[in-house]
Amino acid sequence: MYTQALNTAEADDRGLEDAAKAVQFQARIDGEERIEPNDWMPAAYRKTLTRQISQHAHSEIVGMLPEGNWITRAPTLRRKAALLAKVQDECGHGLYLYAAAETLGTSREELVDAMLAGKAKYSSIFNYPTLTWADIGTIGWLVDGAAIMNQIPLCRCSYGPYARAMIRVCKEESFHQRQGYEIMLTLCRGSDEQKAMAQDALNRWWWPVLMMFGPPDATSQHSDTSTKWKIKRFSNDELRQKFVDATVPQAQYLGLTIPDPGMIQDADGHWRYSEIDWTEFKQVLAGNGPCNRDRLAARRKAHDEGGWVREAAAAYAAKRAQRRTAQAAE
Amino acid sequence: MPQSARSVGLHKQQSRENAMATPNTPLWEVFIRSRNGLAHKHVGSLHASDATMALQAARDIYTRRGEGLSIWVVPSTAITASDPADKGMMFEPAESKIYRHPTFYEVPDEVGHM
Ligand SMILES: [Fe+2]
Ligand SMILES: [Fe+2]
Ligand SMILES: [Fe+2]
Repeated sequence: MYTQALNTAEADDRGLEDAAKAVQFQARIDGEERIEPNDWMPAAYRKTLTRQISQHAHSEIVGMLPEGNWITRAPTLRRKAALLAKVQDECGHGLYLYAAAETLGTSREELVDAMLAGKAKYSSIFNYPTLTWADIGTIGWLVDGAAIMNQIPLCRCSYGPYARAMIRVCKEESFHQRQGYEIMLTLCRGSDEQKAMAQDALNRWWWPVLMMFGPPDATSQHSDTSTKWKIKRFSNDELRQKFVDATVPQAQYLGLTIPDPGMIQDADGHWRYSEIDWTEFKQVLAGNGPCNRDRLAARRKAHDEGGWVREAAAAYAAKRAQRRTAQAAE
Repeated sequence: MPQSARSVGLHKQQSRENAMATPNTPLWEVFIRSRNGLAHKHVGSLHASDATMALQAARDIYTRRGEGLSIWVVPSTAITASDPADKGMMFEPAESKIYRHPTFYEVPDEVGHM
Protein backbone atom coordinates (compact mmCIF):
# COMPACT_ATOMS: atom_id res chain seq x y z
CA MET A 1 0.00 0.00 0.00
CA TYR A 2 0.92 3.55 0.57
CA THR A 3 1.50 4.11 -3.09
CA GLN A 4 -1.44 6.46 -2.82
CA ALA A 5 -1.15 7.62 -6.40
CA LEU A 6 1.07 10.41 -5.13
CA ASN A 7 3.05 9.36 -8.09
CA THR A 8 1.81 11.12 -11.10
CA ALA A 9 3.07 8.97 -13.93
CA GLU A 10 5.86 10.35 -16.03
CA ALA A 11 4.95 11.98 -19.29
CA ASP A 12 5.02 9.48 -22.08
CA ASP A 13 8.35 9.97 -23.81
CA ARG A 14 8.08 7.14 -26.29
CA GLY A 15 8.64 9.56 -29.11
CA LEU A 16 12.30 9.68 -28.16
CA GLU A 17 12.66 5.95 -27.92
CA ASP A 18 12.63 3.13 -30.33
CA ALA A 19 9.01 3.11 -31.43
CA ALA A 20 9.15 -0.55 -32.39
CA LYS A 21 10.43 -1.47 -28.93
CA ALA A 22 7.67 0.52 -27.30
CA VAL A 23 5.02 -1.28 -29.34
CA GLN A 24 6.56 -4.63 -28.44
CA PHE A 25 6.70 -3.61 -24.78
CA GLN A 26 3.01 -2.68 -24.70
CA ALA A 27 2.15 -5.94 -26.46
CA ARG A 28 3.93 -7.85 -23.71
CA ILE A 29 2.01 -5.91 -21.06
CA ASP A 30 -1.28 -6.51 -22.88
CA GLY A 31 -0.43 -10.20 -23.03
CA GLU A 32 -0.08 -10.24 -19.22
CA GLU A 33 3.64 -10.94 -19.46
CA ARG A 34 5.84 -9.77 -16.59
CA ILE A 35 8.57 -7.24 -17.24
CA GLU A 36 11.90 -8.17 -15.65
CA PRO A 37 14.83 -5.91 -14.65
CA ASN A 38 16.98 -6.47 -17.74
CA ASP A 39 14.11 -6.19 -20.22
CA TRP A 40 13.75 -3.09 -22.33
CA MET A 41 11.24 -0.66 -20.82
CA PRO A 42 10.25 2.94 -21.56
CA ALA A 43 12.15 5.42 -19.40
CA ALA A 44 8.86 6.74 -18.03
CA TYR A 45 7.83 3.23 -16.92
CA ARG A 46 11.12 2.88 -15.06
CA LYS A 47 10.79 6.29 -13.47
CA THR A 48 7.15 5.85 -12.45
CA LEU A 49 7.88 2.48 -10.86
CA THR A 50 11.04 3.63 -9.12
CA ARG A 51 9.04 6.39 -7.53
CA GLN A 52 6.03 4.26 -6.65
CA ILE A 53 8.00 1.33 -5.21
CA SER A 54 10.39 3.53 -3.24
CA GLN A 55 7.48 5.54 -1.80
CA HIS A 56 5.91 2.28 -0.81
CA ALA A 57 9.19 1.20 0.83
CA HIS A 58 9.55 4.51 2.69
CA SER A 59 5.96 4.10 3.93
CA GLU A 60 6.67 0.66 5.38
CA ILE A 61 9.72 2.01 7.21
CA VAL A 62 8.15 5.25 8.46
CA GLY A 63 5.05 3.19 9.28
CA MET A 64 7.01 1.43 12.01
CA LEU A 65 7.17 4.65 14.02
CA PRO A 66 3.54 5.21 15.09
CA GLU A 67 3.17 1.58 16.16
CA GLY A 68 6.67 1.31 17.61
CA ASN A 69 5.52 4.05 19.95
CA TRP A 70 3.37 1.49 21.81
CA ILE A 71 5.59 -1.59 21.95
CA THR A 72 6.86 -0.87 25.45
CA ARG A 73 3.38 0.03 26.65
CA ALA A 74 1.35 -2.84 25.19
CA PRO A 75 -1.15 -4.00 27.82
CA THR A 76 -0.16 -7.67 27.89
CA LEU A 77 2.76 -9.84 26.85
CA ARG A 78 0.58 -11.41 24.12
CA ARG A 79 -0.17 -7.99 22.63
CA LYS A 80 3.45 -6.95 22.95
CA ALA A 81 4.73 -10.02 21.12
CA ALA A 82 2.14 -9.52 18.36
CA LEU A 83 2.96 -5.83 17.93
CA LEU A 84 6.68 -6.51 17.91
CA ALA A 85 6.19 -9.18 15.24
CA LYS A 86 4.02 -6.84 13.18
CA VAL A 87 6.48 -3.95 13.31
CA GLN A 88 9.28 -6.36 12.42
CA ASP A 89 7.23 -7.48 9.41
CA GLU A 90 6.84 -3.87 8.28
CA CYS A 91 10.62 -3.50 8.39
CA GLY A 92 10.92 -6.59 6.20
CA HIS A 93 8.30 -5.16 3.81
CA GLY A 94 10.43 -2.05 3.48
CA LEU A 95 13.46 -4.17 2.62
CA TYR A 96 11.63 -6.31 0.03
CA LEU A 97 10.39 -3.14 -1.60
CA TYR A 98 13.73 -1.32 -1.62
CA ALA A 99 15.21 -4.44 -3.22
CA ALA A 100 12.48 -4.39 -5.89
CA ALA A 101 13.01 -0.68 -6.51
CA GLU A 102 16.77 -1.17 -6.84
CA THR A 103 16.35 -3.57 -9.74
CA LEU A 104 15.27 -0.50 -11.72
CA GLY A 105 18.75 0.98 -11.35
CA THR A 106 18.74 3.30 -8.34
CA SER A 107 20.59 2.10 -5.24
CA ARG A 108 18.81 1.68 -1.92
CA GLU A 109 21.16 4.16 -0.31
CA GLU A 110 20.22 6.77 -2.86
CA LEU A 111 16.50 6.12 -2.32
CA VAL A 112 16.86 6.30 1.46
CA ASP A 113 18.95 9.45 1.25
CA ALA A 114 16.20 11.09 -0.85
CA MET A 115 13.66 10.21 1.83
CA LEU A 116 15.87 11.53 4.61
CA ALA A 117 16.44 14.71 2.63
CA GLY A 118 12.68 15.18 2.52
CA LYS A 119 12.70 14.83 -1.27
CA ALA A 120 10.66 11.62 -1.42
CA LYS A 121 7.11 11.06 -0.25
CA TYR A 122 5.60 8.38 1.93
CA SER A 123 2.00 7.66 2.84
CA SER A 124 0.20 10.55 4.51
CA ILE A 125 -1.33 8.19 7.09
CA PHE A 126 1.88 7.86 9.09
CA ASN A 127 1.92 11.55 9.88
CA TYR A 128 -0.89 11.08 12.40
CA PRO A 129 -0.12 10.37 16.06
CA THR A 130 -0.98 7.23 18.05
CA LEU A 131 -2.50 8.72 21.16
CA THR A 132 -4.01 5.68 22.88
CA TRP A 133 -3.77 1.88 22.79
CA ALA A 134 -6.97 1.85 20.72
CA ASP A 135 -5.00 3.54 17.93
CA ILE A 136 -2.92 0.38 17.63
CA GLY A 137 -6.10 -1.65 17.16
CA THR A 138 -7.43 0.85 14.64
CA ILE A 139 -4.19 0.93 12.65
CA GLY A 140 -4.13 -2.85 12.29
CA TRP A 141 -7.81 -3.02 11.43
CA LEU A 142 -8.08 -0.02 9.10
CA VAL A 143 -4.61 1.06 7.97
CA ASP A 144 -3.44 -2.47 7.27
CA GLY A 145 -6.92 -3.28 5.95
CA ALA A 146 -6.65 -0.43 3.45
CA ALA A 147 -3.10 -1.49 2.63
CA ILE A 148 -4.21 -5.04 1.87
CA MET A 149 -6.99 -3.73 -0.39
CA ASN A 150 -4.38 -1.81 -2.35
CA GLN A 151 -1.66 -4.45 -2.32
CA ILE A 152 -3.66 -7.44 -3.52
CA PRO A 153 -4.04 -6.10 -7.08
CA LEU A 154 -0.36 -5.10 -7.02
CA CYS A 155 0.49 -8.82 -6.81
CA ARG A 156 -0.44 -8.82 -10.53
CA CYS A 157 1.52 -5.68 -11.35
CA SER A 158 3.33 -5.89 -14.70
CA TYR A 159 6.75 -5.42 -13.11
CA GLY A 160 7.95 -8.83 -11.91
CA PRO A 161 10.09 -7.88 -8.89
CA TYR A 162 7.33 -5.60 -7.52
CA ALA A 163 4.63 -8.21 -8.03
CA ARG A 164 6.72 -10.87 -6.29
CA ALA A 165 7.51 -8.58 -3.36
CA MET A 166 3.78 -7.88 -3.03
CA ILE A 167 2.91 -11.58 -2.90
CA ARG A 168 5.30 -11.96 0.01
CA VAL A 169 3.98 -8.85 1.72
CA CYS A 170 0.33 -9.86 1.32
CA LYS A 171 1.03 -13.26 2.85
CA GLU A 172 2.52 -11.63 5.94
CA GLU A 173 -0.02 -8.83 6.05
CA SER A 174 -3.04 -10.96 6.88
CA PHE A 175 -2.21 -11.30 10.56
CA HIS A 176 -1.74 -7.55 10.86
CA GLN A 177 -5.37 -6.75 10.22
CA ARG A 178 -6.62 -9.63 12.34
CA GLN A 179 -4.57 -8.67 15.39
CA GLY A 180 -5.85 -5.10 15.06
CA TYR A 181 -9.46 -6.18 14.86
CA GLU A 182 -8.95 -8.45 17.85
CA ILE A 183 -7.69 -5.47 19.88
CA MET A 184 -10.80 -3.50 18.86
CA LEU A 185 -13.09 -6.38 19.70
CA THR A 186 -11.52 -6.73 23.14
CA LEU A 187 -11.88 -3.00 23.82
CA CYS A 188 -15.49 -2.96 22.57
CA ARG A 189 -16.38 -5.86 24.86
CA GLY A 190 -14.64 -4.13 27.78
CA SER A 191 -15.60 -1.24 30.04
CA ASP A 192 -17.43 1.87 28.85
CA GLU A 193 -14.13 3.75 28.93
CA GLN A 194 -12.48 1.12 26.76
CA LYS A 195 -15.29 1.22 24.24
CA ALA A 196 -15.18 5.02 24.21
CA MET A 197 -11.44 4.79 23.56
CA ALA A 198 -12.11 2.52 20.56
CA GLN A 199 -14.73 4.93 19.21
CA ASP A 200 -12.42 7.89 19.68
CA ALA A 201 -9.65 6.16 17.73
CA LEU A 202 -12.06 5.28 14.91
CA ASN A 203 -13.24 8.91 14.84
CA ARG A 204 -9.71 10.18 14.41
CA TRP A 205 -8.48 7.57 11.89
CA TRP A 206 -11.50 7.10 9.63
CA TRP A 207 -11.01 10.03 7.28
CA PRO A 208 -7.20 9.83 7.07
CA VAL A 209 -7.59 6.13 6.21
CA LEU A 210 -9.98 6.93 3.34
CA MET A 211 -7.37 9.40 2.06
CA MET A 212 -4.81 6.58 1.86
CA PHE A 213 -6.34 5.54 -1.46
CA GLY A 214 -5.25 8.83 -2.98
CA PRO A 215 -7.08 11.68 -4.70
CA PRO A 216 -10.45 11.06 -6.36
CA ASP A 217 -10.38 9.66 -9.90
CA ALA A 218 -11.70 12.90 -11.37
CA THR A 219 -8.56 14.77 -10.27
CA SER A 220 -5.82 12.23 -10.83
CA GLN A 221 -4.99 12.83 -14.47
CA HIS A 222 -2.07 10.48 -14.89
CA SER A 223 -3.47 7.19 -13.69
CA ASP A 224 -4.36 6.19 -17.27
CA THR A 225 -0.66 5.60 -18.05
CA SER A 226 -0.31 3.44 -14.93
CA THR A 227 -3.45 1.57 -15.95
CA LYS A 228 -2.21 1.08 -19.50
CA TRP A 229 1.06 -0.31 -18.10
CA LYS A 230 -0.86 -2.55 -15.69
CA ILE A 231 0.89 -1.07 -12.69
CA LYS A 232 -2.53 -0.04 -11.44
CA ARG A 233 -5.52 -2.34 -11.90
CA PHE A 234 -8.22 -0.45 -10.02
CA SER A 235 -8.81 3.26 -9.67
CA ASN A 236 -8.43 5.08 -6.33
CA ASP A 237 -12.19 5.48 -5.96
CA GLU A 238 -12.88 1.83 -6.83
CA LEU A 239 -10.48 0.62 -4.15
CA ARG A 240 -11.79 3.14 -1.62
CA GLN A 241 -15.37 1.98 -2.22
CA LYS A 242 -14.37 -1.67 -1.88
CA PHE A 243 -12.69 -0.84 1.40
CA VAL A 244 -15.67 1.09 2.77
CA ASP A 245 -18.08 -1.69 1.81
CA ALA A 246 -15.89 -4.26 3.56
CA THR A 247 -15.35 -2.13 6.65
CA VAL A 248 -18.85 -0.89 7.53
CA PRO A 249 -20.15 -4.33 8.60
CA GLN A 250 -16.98 -4.87 10.65
CA ALA A 251 -17.62 -1.60 12.49
CA GLN A 252 -21.25 -2.57 13.03
CA TYR A 253 -20.16 -5.86 14.56
CA LEU A 254 -17.94 -3.94 16.98
CA GLY A 255 -20.86 -1.66 17.81
CA LEU A 256 -18.88 1.36 16.68
CA THR A 257 -20.19 4.29 14.65
CA ILE A 258 -18.41 5.41 11.49
CA PRO A 259 -17.90 9.15 11.98
CA ASP A 260 -19.84 10.05 8.85
CA PRO A 261 -23.45 11.04 9.59
CA GLY A 262 -24.11 11.45 5.86
CA MET A 263 -23.21 7.84 5.03
CA ILE A 264 -26.00 5.87 3.37
CA GLN A 265 -26.31 2.45 1.80
CA ASP A 266 -27.44 2.68 -1.81
CA ALA A 267 -29.78 0.31 -3.65
CA ASP A 268 -26.84 -1.84 -4.78
CA GLY A 269 -25.66 -2.28 -1.21
CA HIS A 270 -22.69 0.11 -1.49
CA TRP A 271 -21.99 2.39 1.45
CA ARG A 272 -21.76 5.92 0.09
CA TYR A 273 -19.50 8.16 2.16
CA SER A 274 -19.55 11.92 2.37
CA GLU A 275 -17.12 14.32 0.72
CA ILE A 276 -13.51 13.84 1.85
CA ASP A 277 -11.58 16.90 3.03
CA TRP A 278 -8.83 16.94 0.41
CA THR A 279 -7.38 20.16 1.81
CA GLU A 280 -6.27 18.20 4.86
CA PHE A 281 -4.74 15.54 2.60
CA LYS A 282 -2.80 18.15 0.63
CA GLN A 283 -1.62 19.81 3.83
CA VAL A 284 -0.33 16.53 5.26
CA LEU A 285 1.43 15.67 2.00
CA ALA A 286 2.97 19.12 1.92
CA GLY A 287 4.62 18.39 5.25
CA ASN A 288 2.11 20.07 7.53
CA GLY A 289 0.49 17.04 9.15
CA PRO A 290 0.58 16.57 12.93
CA CYS A 291 3.74 14.41 12.91
CA ASN A 292 5.63 15.04 9.65
CA ARG A 293 8.60 16.70 11.32
CA ASP A 294 8.75 14.09 14.09
CA ARG A 295 8.76 11.21 11.64
CA LEU A 296 11.58 12.61 9.50
CA ALA A 297 13.58 13.55 12.58
CA ALA A 298 13.20 10.01 13.95
CA ARG A 299 14.30 8.44 10.65
CA ARG A 300 17.31 10.78 10.39
CA LYS A 301 18.33 10.06 13.96
CA ALA A 302 18.14 6.30 13.38
CA HIS A 303 20.12 6.61 10.15
CA ASP A 304 22.82 8.80 11.68
CA GLU A 305 23.13 6.67 14.79
CA GLY A 306 23.54 3.59 12.60
CA GLY A 307 26.38 5.25 10.70
CA TRP A 308 29.15 3.82 12.87
CA VAL A 309 27.74 0.32 12.42
CA ARG A 310 27.81 0.62 8.63
CA GLU A 311 31.34 2.02 8.76
CA ALA A 312 32.60 -0.66 11.14
CA ALA A 313 31.04 -3.47 9.11
CA ALA A 314 32.52 -2.12 5.89
CA ALA A 315 35.95 -1.69 7.50
CA TYR A 316 35.85 -5.22 8.89
CA ALA A 317 34.83 -6.67 5.51
CA ALA A 318 37.63 -4.73 3.81
CA LYS A 319 40.19 -5.95 6.37
CA ARG A 320 39.13 -9.56 5.92
CA ALA A 321 39.24 -9.26 2.13
CA GLN A 322 42.72 -7.76 2.33
CA ARG A 323 43.91 -10.56 4.60
CA ARG A 324 42.56 -13.16 2.18
CA THR A 325 44.38 -11.51 -0.73
CA ALA A 326 47.61 -11.41 1.32
CA GLN A 327 47.27 -15.07 2.28
CA ALA A 328 46.60 -16.05 -1.32
CA ALA A 329 49.80 -14.24 -2.35
CA GLU A 330 51.96 -16.08 0.20
CA MET B 1 25.94 -10.11 -24.33
CA PRO B 2 25.67 -11.60 -20.84
CA GLN B 3 24.56 -9.17 -18.19
CA SER B 4 24.55 -8.81 -14.48
CA ALA B 5 21.28 -10.15 -13.12
CA ARG B 6 20.53 -6.68 -11.88
CA SER B 7 19.83 -3.65 -13.92
CA VAL B 8 22.97 -2.27 -15.42
CA GLY B 9 22.96 1.07 -13.63
CA LEU B 10 23.03 -0.38 -10.15
CA HIS B 11 26.68 -1.25 -9.74
CA LYS B 12 28.04 1.78 -11.47
CA GLN B 13 29.31 4.48 -9.20
CA GLN B 14 26.25 6.66 -8.77
CA SER B 15 26.71 10.38 -8.98
CA ARG B 16 25.33 12.12 -5.93
CA GLU B 17 24.64 15.79 -5.57
CA ASN B 18 24.59 15.24 -1.84
CA ALA B 19 28.06 15.29 -0.27
CA MET B 20 26.77 13.28 2.71
CA ALA B 21 25.56 10.42 0.52
CA THR B 22 25.40 7.07 2.28
CA PRO B 23 28.02 4.70 0.82
CA ASN B 24 26.63 1.60 -0.90
CA THR B 25 26.67 -1.68 0.98
CA PRO B 26 27.11 -4.79 -1.20
CA LEU B 27 24.01 -6.53 -2.52
CA TRP B 28 23.36 -10.26 -2.03
CA GLU B 29 20.84 -12.62 -3.57
CA VAL B 30 19.12 -14.99 -1.16
CA PHE B 31 18.14 -18.59 -1.93
CA ILE B 32 16.17 -20.77 0.47
CA ARG B 33 15.54 -24.50 0.64
CA SER B 34 12.06 -24.61 2.04
CA ARG B 35 11.77 -28.33 2.61
CA ASN B 36 13.99 -31.34 2.63
CA GLY B 37 14.42 -32.60 -0.90
CA LEU B 38 13.56 -29.32 -2.62
CA ALA B 39 16.04 -27.09 -4.44
CA HIS B 40 17.14 -23.72 -3.08
CA LYS B 41 14.91 -21.10 -4.61
CA HIS B 42 15.58 -17.41 -5.09
CA VAL B 43 13.50 -15.42 -2.59
CA GLY B 44 14.92 -11.92 -2.81
CA SER B 45 17.93 -9.83 -1.98
CA LEU B 46 19.47 -7.77 0.80
CA HIS B 47 22.43 -5.58 1.61
CA ALA B 48 25.25 -6.64 3.91
CA SER B 49 28.93 -5.88 4.33
CA ASP B 50 30.07 -9.49 4.27
CA ALA B 51 28.82 -13.05 3.83
CA THR B 52 28.36 -13.72 7.55
CA MET B 53 26.18 -10.68 8.00
CA ALA B 54 24.31 -11.45 4.79
CA LEU B 55 23.48 -14.90 6.12
CA GLN B 56 22.27 -13.51 9.44
CA ALA B 57 20.18 -10.83 7.74
CA ALA B 58 18.70 -13.41 5.37
CA ARG B 59 17.66 -15.51 8.33
CA ASP B 60 16.00 -12.48 9.96
CA ILE B 61 14.31 -11.19 6.84
CA TYR B 62 13.31 -14.27 4.91
CA THR B 63 12.73 -17.02 7.46
CA ARG B 64 10.61 -15.47 10.20
CA ARG B 65 7.84 -18.04 9.78
CA GLY B 66 9.66 -21.29 9.25
CA GLU B 67 10.15 -20.73 5.52
CA GLY B 68 13.46 -22.52 5.33
CA LEU B 69 15.87 -25.27 6.29
CA SER B 70 18.88 -23.87 4.52
CA ILE B 71 20.00 -20.52 3.13
CA TRP B 72 22.44 -19.56 0.39
CA VAL B 73 23.62 -15.99 -0.05
CA VAL B 74 25.41 -15.06 -3.27
CA PRO B 75 26.96 -11.69 -4.12
CA SER B 76 24.68 -10.19 -6.76
CA THR B 77 27.73 -9.22 -8.79
CA ALA B 78 28.65 -12.93 -9.08
CA ILE B 79 25.54 -13.70 -11.11
CA THR B 80 25.79 -13.65 -14.87
CA ALA B 81 22.43 -13.51 -16.62
CA SER B 82 21.43 -14.09 -20.22
CA ASP B 83 20.51 -10.98 -22.14
CA PRO B 84 16.76 -10.76 -22.88
CA ALA B 85 17.72 -9.59 -26.38
CA ASP B 86 19.35 -12.98 -26.96
CA LYS B 87 16.19 -14.84 -25.98
CA GLY B 88 15.49 -15.98 -29.52
CA MET B 89 19.00 -17.23 -30.18
CA MET B 90 19.15 -18.92 -26.80
CA PHE B 91 15.80 -20.63 -26.57
CA GLU B 92 14.12 -20.82 -29.96
CA PRO B 93 16.23 -23.73 -31.24
CA ALA B 94 14.54 -26.00 -28.69
CA GLU B 95 11.07 -25.11 -29.95
CA SER B 96 11.45 -26.97 -33.25
CA LYS B 97 12.81 -30.12 -31.64
CA ILE B 98 9.51 -31.71 -30.90
CA TYR B 99 11.10 -35.16 -31.08
CA ARG B 100 12.53 -34.45 -27.63
CA HIS B 101 9.04 -34.90 -26.18
CA PRO B 102 7.40 -38.28 -25.51
CA THR B 103 4.22 -37.29 -27.35
CA PHE B 104 6.18 -37.24 -30.63
CA TYR B 105 6.27 -41.03 -30.69
CA GLU B 106 3.31 -43.18 -31.56
CA VAL B 107 2.58 -46.21 -29.51
CA PRO B 108 -0.63 -48.21 -30.28
CA ASP B 109 -3.36 -47.99 -27.65
CA GLU B 110 -3.30 -51.78 -27.26
CA VAL B 111 0.21 -51.54 -25.84
CA GLY B 112 -1.19 -49.62 -22.87
CA HIS B 113 0.38 -46.79 -20.97
CA MET B 114 4.02 -46.22 -21.67
FE1 LIG C 1 2.20 -2.10 3.49
FE1 LIG D 1 3.48 -3.74 5.52
FE1 LIG E 1 1.13 -4.34 7.78
